[in-house]
Amino acid sequence: MIDIVNKRNWFFLISLCLLIPGIISMIVFGFRLGIDFSSGTMMTLRFGTTVDQAALRQEFSNLGYGEASIQKTSEGDYLVRIREIDTEQKEALMAGLKKDLKTEVTVRDYYLVSPLVASEVARNAAIAVGVASLCMILYIAFAFRHMPNPFRWGASAVIALLHDVLIVMGIFSILGWAVGYQVDAMFITAMLTIVGYSINNTCVVYDRIRENVRKGISRDFAVTVNASILETIVRCINTSLTVILTCLAIYLFGGVTIQQFIMALLVGVVVGIYDSVFVAGPLLVLWERGMKTSPKAG
Amino acid sequence: MKTSNIYLMIFVLVLFAIALWAIVPLDSDRFGRQGLTLGLDLKGGTYLVYEADITKKDTSQTIDEAMTGVVGKIERRANAFGVKEPIIQRQGENRILVQLPGEKNVDEAKKLIGQVALLVFMETTNDAQGQPIRDTAGNIQWTPAKATGTDGAEKELTGKYLKPNSKVMLKQGTNEPEVAFEWNDEGAVLFEQVTKRNLQKPLGIFLDNQMLSAPTVQSVIKANGVITGMAMQEAQSLAIQLNSGSLDLPLKIIQEQTVDATLGADSLQKSVVAGAIGILLIILFMILYYRMSGVVATLALIIYGVILTAIFKLVPVTLTLAGIAAGIVSVGMAVDANILIFERMKEELRAGRTLGAAVDAGFNRAWLAIRDSNVTTFIACIVLYWFGDTFGAFMVKGFALTLFIGVALSMFTAITVSRVFLMAAVRIVKNSWLYGVKA
Repeated sequence: MIDIVNKRNWFFLISLCLLIPGIISMIVFGFRLGIDFSSGTMMTLRFGTTVDQAALRQEFSNLGYGEASIQKTSEGDYLVRIREIDTEQKEALMAGLKKDLKTEVTVRDYYLVSPLVASEVARNAAIAVGVASLCMILYIAFAFRHMPNPFRWGASAVIALLHDVLIVMGIFSILGWAVGYQVDAMFITAMLTIVGYSINNTCVVYDRIRENVRKGISRDFAVTVNASILETIVRCINTSLTVILTCLAIYLFGGVTIQQFIMALLVGVVVGIYDSVFVAGPLLVLWERGMKTSPKAG
Repeated sequence: MKTSNIYLMIFVLVLFAIALWAIVPLDSDRFGRQGLTLGLDLKGGTYLVYEADITKKDTSQTIDEAMTGVVGKIERRANAFGVKEPIIQRQGENRILVQLPGEKNVDEAKKLIGQVALLVFMETTNDAQGQPIRDTAGNIQWTPAKATGTDGAEKELTGKYLKPNSKVMLKQGTNEPEVAFEWNDEGAVLFEQVTKRNLQKPLGIFLDNQMLSAPTVQSVIKANGVITGMAMQEAQSLAIQLNSGSLDLPLKIIQEQTVDATLGADSLQKSVVAGAIGILLIILFMILYYRMSGVVATLALIIYGVILTAIFKLVPVTLTLAGIAAGIVSVGMAVDANILIFERMKEELRAGRTLGAAVDAGFNRAWLAIRDSNVTTFIACIVLYWFGDTFGAFMVKGFALTLFIGVALSMFTAITVSRVFLMAAVRIVKNSWLYGVKA
């Protein structure tokens, strides 16, 4: 029998290896914030003829938008980000581009957020994350209320979740400076969805531990936990796999508009499998073993 | 088969039939709904959030009155501009949400509806030589033209006293556009005094403190007049603005999202393809891995998909790009309940139970895990819906709403649809290999 629980230190080490580069990147580089949070104007432009990226950058600079950040999408459009502008400035900008580049310009997507709204979004995102986390801890504690130490179970599940969230945030911080991935309201949406979903597998594992503790399959809590993990590992992988399949389909065929969002979901669900199988259960054992005075469950 | 299961089976099939009838064909008229309701990011259009400067409020009005007035005027302007089905709503104390679906001429529409459009008539003061007084920079000094109203009070001559029938005309000979206006009774009284006083002098016509024209008054006029000095588009906008009345509060755009209709159509088509591929992959996986149970799951999935689409159509739920993504992802989550049940069933079969007993045990024991895991997703959805609702994030809101509906429905299909079909299947096909366990 594979002993996941006894090798838990190895898995915690793997977790650290996944966490540390991301945390360093978050501290050193932070995130590339989307305009939801930092305000400004974001637009997707399509030109009638091929326009060189350097030429476009120069053109924006000439028109007074030296700060413009320009990215080419996989569909050949340009994603341009500049400061907040009003309708007259937008019209002048479009007329300038059309005249200087001598081609038709289509604004496929235009998104403007004023600093006032951006600060509200940031505040509300913090509230949303806080409220959601609190509700979930309470619910998990409620679901495991008949176990000894329901708080311990809830806290372990939440630590496993934070581990998932931190890894995804770290990866997005790295992707931010590497390929320009942004953290925006949709990223928050992905994170909360991951939190809501990834806890599913942890619930499945914990449910089984609860059941096996009741059945009394072993006097040793570590053995009970390990058996429970092994009994549920296939369903944990399979349930996530079906979500991964749908996310992959959207990522590959669903167009660029929601690719970053789906990427965040995808990474979160994949890492979520690891949390539920290798982190959530072993954490319970770690906690139990660390407190020698408490009577062994079961 | 137990009687209760037969009733459940009939219930599921009737529900499926109604849902199928509701959505085939998609654009049929069912219960007064036609087709799916698409969000702005899929059909193209503009989403604007205006903030009104309530410090500029007239003291005679309450904030509610002023805001209601502004909303009504924006509505009239949007309709007069030709926007199809505009949505204008007050949000919070001083914000107005404006949705202009399918509008191509977005920038013109924005300028038209968001401008205060206060029309003011100004006169000059002349010095001893009969020349208008100028400031040090040499500009003519304008002062608002005032006159005595019918009630004896002194009033400024503004667009407030116009009849709502201004229209664009072409000036004979030059073909220049001009806006013809007509005063109401009060305005006529005021205008008569102002023109009489300013004969052979210029009368400045200002829109939001910008001079449009300053014709010289040739005769005393009572009823009507024209405004010149604009391009055609501006003249058309001005006519609409004069007819709707000027806004009582100045507005500023604080958030805007505009999606081109071609991008929307593109996104919609890609989402449909991605959804089809994703669902096919799941069906393939389920049948290969869970065999007979997988076939049952596929049936449940088809029923799930049909009922979900029917809900989207009949409620109706406004579908956004993120909402469709949530719908697709929810299919992946919907089979989770089936997987938990099937895995449990396999364990029970290995423990030596009969097929029927294994199905029962599978459903009963998996229920706790299914319930616990979905409640957390509901919590996330509710919080996200609130988050998306606090600012104009229809993507966030759409995702949360669709995911919530999808997950709730998936719980229902897992415990009813899968159950009755699996119960029926184990009656007919008794080979336990087909349920994933060595015979």
